[in-house]
Amino acid sequence: MGLLDKQFEDGNIVITSLDNLLNWARLSSLWQMQFGLACCAIEMMAASASNFDMMRFGVIPRATPRQCDVMIVSGTVTLKMASRIKRLYDQMSEPRYVISMGSCSNCGGPYWEHGYHVLKGVDRIIPVDVYVPGCPPRPEALLEGLIKLQEKVRNYSSVKSVA
Amino acid sequence: METVLKTSHGRTLRTEEMVINMGPQHPSTHGVLRLELVVDGEIVIDVIPHIGYLHRCFEKHSEHMTNYQQVIPYVDRMDYVAAMNNEFSFAIAGEKLLKIQVPERVEYIRVIMAELQRIASHLIAIGTFGIDIGAFTPFLFCFRDREKILDLFEMTCGARLLYNYIWIGGLSHDLPPEFIPKAKEFIVDFRKTIKEINDLLSYNHIFIKRTANIGVLPADVAINFGCTGPMLRGSGVNWDLRKNDTYSVYNKFDFEVCVGKGEFGTVGDCWDRYMVRVNEMEQSLRIIEQAISTLPEGSISSAIPKRVRPNPGEVYGRAESPRGELGFYIVSDGTGTPYRIKARSPAFVNLSVISEISRGYMIADLVAITGSIDIVLGEVDR
Repeated sequence: MGLLDKQFEDGNIVITSLDNLLNWARLSSLWQMQFGLACCAIEMMAASASNFDMMRFGVIPRATPRQCDVMIVSGTVTLKMASRIKRLYDQMSEPRYVISMGSCSNCGGPYWEHGYHVLKGVDRIIPVDVYVPGCPPRPEALLEGLIKLQEKVRNYSSVKSVA
Repeated sequence: METVLKTSHGRTLRTEEMVINMGPQHPSTHGVLRLELVVDGEIVIDVIPHIGYLHRCFEKHSEHMTNYQQVIPYVDRMDYVAAMNNEFSFAIAGEKLLKIQVPERVEYIRVIMAELQRIASHLIAIGTFGIDIGAFTPFLFCFRDREKILDLFEMTCGARLLYNYIWIGGLSHDLPPEFIPKAKEFIVDFRKTIKEINDLLSYNHIFIKRTANIGVLPADVAINFGCTGPMLRGSGVNWDLRKNDTYSVYNKFDFEVCVGKGEFGTVGDCWDRYMVRVNEMEQSLRIIEQAISTLPEGSISSAIPKRVRPNPGEVYGRAESPRGELGFYIVSDGTGTPYRIKARSPAFVNLSVISEISRGYMIADLVAITGSIDIVLGEVDR
């Protein structure tokens, strides 16, 4: 709470819209589902380890889908794994977001042509919010994807009725 | 079950076996491995590994590329933690098939790269093993130093994880001039890190309690199952392809083969396998030091064939990857594309022993055993 810490001694009031408050809370604690699929998982691990420190964005890895807000699909989705990913996605509570990390989960990647057991893009089974290109993407690219997702969350309205 | 439990009133309590699943989404199965456990309470009676969640059709792809060099990026993606070693092994098989000699400078650079990659791979193995046991801090230390190795790779070939650097007959780039001083700096720094890892993790009392005498793999069982690499050496068997079937220029370097000694328990337990990896990092540093100081001058691309078109025949080339013996069996029908490629992946073979060594231990110990095998699912399923 760096900015607000000890700044309001008499119990002052901050005025903001409900959307802003909810979105601010949501985007600052996007808990991530801790599961890796393939090569990109190593870069995801590197992103959450010492040099890149993904936790400074409030992204904390959780082991169960029920505590998570964002699923980072990091790697090749095979046909055998696809039904499991769908089930994991269904187990997450709303609002939930998906980052598709790397070429494989974007579109099949290097396995697009002869990969008889590779799903050609995870967006065929679950909706994807942010695509991060690369094979594998650098940790910086994943962080950029996270910032993009935070922008998306910031512009969302949860109180206005959807037409 | 044989164990008969009684309530305080003397009534017999009936127990029954239960089947539970661990994975494919589980933080300590190192990817998408699914273990089907038969348990009696907390005691593991049987483990059945289910694989195939990351089957990416490597062999199909290699048969459908337009030439041999195009297979190398797919070889990278097999064991993505140790891509350099995979390329090295594939290049050895390809050069054996073509019957070409590569310049000495190329061999030296390959050895430097392979040993740096071995350290990087062992750092991941050690870091994630620590997380499995419940120690998070060593993971951060390991990844801090792994980034230094990745920086060296990046300055050489531009990639962090999957390099496409070692080609059949040569390399894609020569070493940049700033590589050697940076590598020397790294060696000095990394010696301190090994000491740090030992202080933090290896001789930590809790860590020893969690890993010593757990998952004991006797030497004869390891040999019968075909285990290689730190799995086999952890059981006290002195077998390393770099010494026993020496390839490239490894015979010019002075290094030791690390074996498990059973310092805190039985020979072949999880701690021994872990310690073999820590000691191997020191030996890799020694090899890199010697290779850097005697690095010959010369061209790196003189032996790269314009077009790889081997004579009909078959060949098996192998090398010691961080996980064990990685071999490629290539059948050529005289055209520019391989007729058949079969990969002998060490992680797959090492994983097969899991049901043998985890019977009778607790579920929490199974996590330690899985971590100590150090599997990479990309290589298990290919």
